[in-house]
Amino acid sequence: MEFLSNGFVQAFHLLWSGNAETYSAIWATVMVSSYSICCSLIAGIPLGFCLGYFNFRGKKSVRTVVDTLMALPTVFIGLIVYAFLTRRGPLGDFSLLFTLPGIAIGQTILALPIVIGLSATAIESTDKKLRTAIISMGANRQQLFMSSLWEARHGLLAGAIAAYGRVMTEVGISMMVGGNIKWHTRTITTAIALETNKGQFGMGVALGLVLLTIAFCVNVSVSFLRRRY
Amino acid sequence: MKKALSALIGLAVIICSMPINTIAGDALMMATTTSTDNTGLLDYLMPEFQAATGIEIKWTATGTGKALKLGENCDVDILIVHAPSAEKKFVNAGFGKDRREIMYNDFVIIGPAADILIKGKPITEALKAIKANQALFVSRGDNSGTNKKEISLWRAAGLPVPEKEKWYVQTGQGMLTTINVAAERNGYTMTDRGTYIKYEDNMGGKPPLKILVEGDAVLLNQYSVIAIDTAHCPNAEYVLVKKFTAWITGAEAQQLIKDFKLLGKPLFSPNAQ
Repeated sequence: MEFLSNGFVQAFHLLWSGNAETYSAIWATVMVSSYSICCSLIAGIPLGFCLGYFNFRGKKSVRTVVDTLMALPTVFIGLIVYAFLTRRGPLGDFSLLFTLPGIAIGQTILALPIVIGLSATAIESTDKKLRTAIISMGANRQQLFMSSLWEARHGLLAGAIAAYGRVMTEVGISMMVGGNIKWHTRTITTAIALETNKGQFGMGVALGLVLLTIAFCVNVSVSFLRRRY
Repeated sequence: MKKALSALIGLAVIICSMPINTIAGDALMMATTTSTDNTGLLDYLMPEFQAATGIEIKWTATGTGKALKLGENCDVDILIVHAPSAEKKFVNAGFGKDRREIMYNDFVIIGPAADILIKGKPITEALKAIKANQALFVSRGDNSGTNKKEISLWRAAGLPVPEKEKWYVQTGQGMLTTINVAAERNGYTMTDRGTYIKYEDNMGGKPPLKILVEGDAVLLNQYSVIAIDTAHCPNAEYVLVKKFTAWITGAEAQQLIKDFKLLGKPLFSPNAQ
């Protein structure tokens, strides 16, 4: 039990003393999760918009597929991405294995279904009468799309936060594709796994608290944005 | 809205322009076993190598089974592993070459301090006693070098390799985690001595599990380096690997390995020829 309280003290110490290894892992985590969340938002929001906005044949089946993909296990994604990125795989020449962009590819795959699914729900739950009102005010197609997106902004944001949480806390992809290489691809979560394997439970707890601190900072800035808009 | 969108795109552009290969200068990619990493040996040794040669070494620590697979798939340039028969197969298959022994320690069976079942017995007798009494035995079960060794010991004792038996627990995890499981369940397990000393150190020198069986010649745990064969993987950094092999088998690094101690005990003994 005592390693829990030790962990609190150690977490503070790591952040305060500017521990180089910890900051390297923080940097890797923030870098790779921002990268993957940007890619998944840029690709996912338009797709989610289409899925929520338009009615087409097979919409329900597409929705079921997207919802199922939300349950993709991270280790499985890691394995699939490894198969493509290994030297002897189809993308081997790009040397992406054991790099941060390699991890980001896997995490984008992880986040994409969440962004698409939750964006579609957000768009669907906007008021349908609003569309009629906007059209009657003489809006063109582009203005109509933009206003629907704007109306759904809180739902879209919730989706983005959910996806960000999943990406930042996953360990399977980072371990399999990144390899937990010190100073390079060691993220906070793979560092926790390593410290636990080494029996340094206090250090593991400390790093977990560091990760929570980052998540807290992200959410504080997001809720600040939400209050303004 | 437009502002948020353009900020998002701006951020994406910045991140997309981040260099894919952050390697500056020479770097080697190594796959190795958890025991060399979890004990802290690599954290201690590799900065010395970088200082001596200017070559950065990046390592990923996994079981020997996966390390060999990473080598076969050309994802790494060099291996440090400890499963001699699997290593020889690997070299004979044309995946690796220049296998050099660098250091050893030994495997030990550890168990509850109050044990009267196997203490001081030869290894085959100890395993038979564990099986006969259905005493809890915790195995790595992960195809690692240690796991392969354990399986060969059951076979050598003329016993079927346990699998579904109630008293046989397979963790599928690293050595220290497995020792912790054995300690929680008050059972027996097999570990390399280096990881055991690390565990003793973690426990503040008072571990609940003690060494019960040791010293048999079959319990030797030999670590070797293997270069990935450039005929199989043209991208492997063979020139740098040769430098690494020369360094780690050289007098300076061998002395460093000898001097690596926890609780005043050496974890590995150098034995490069």
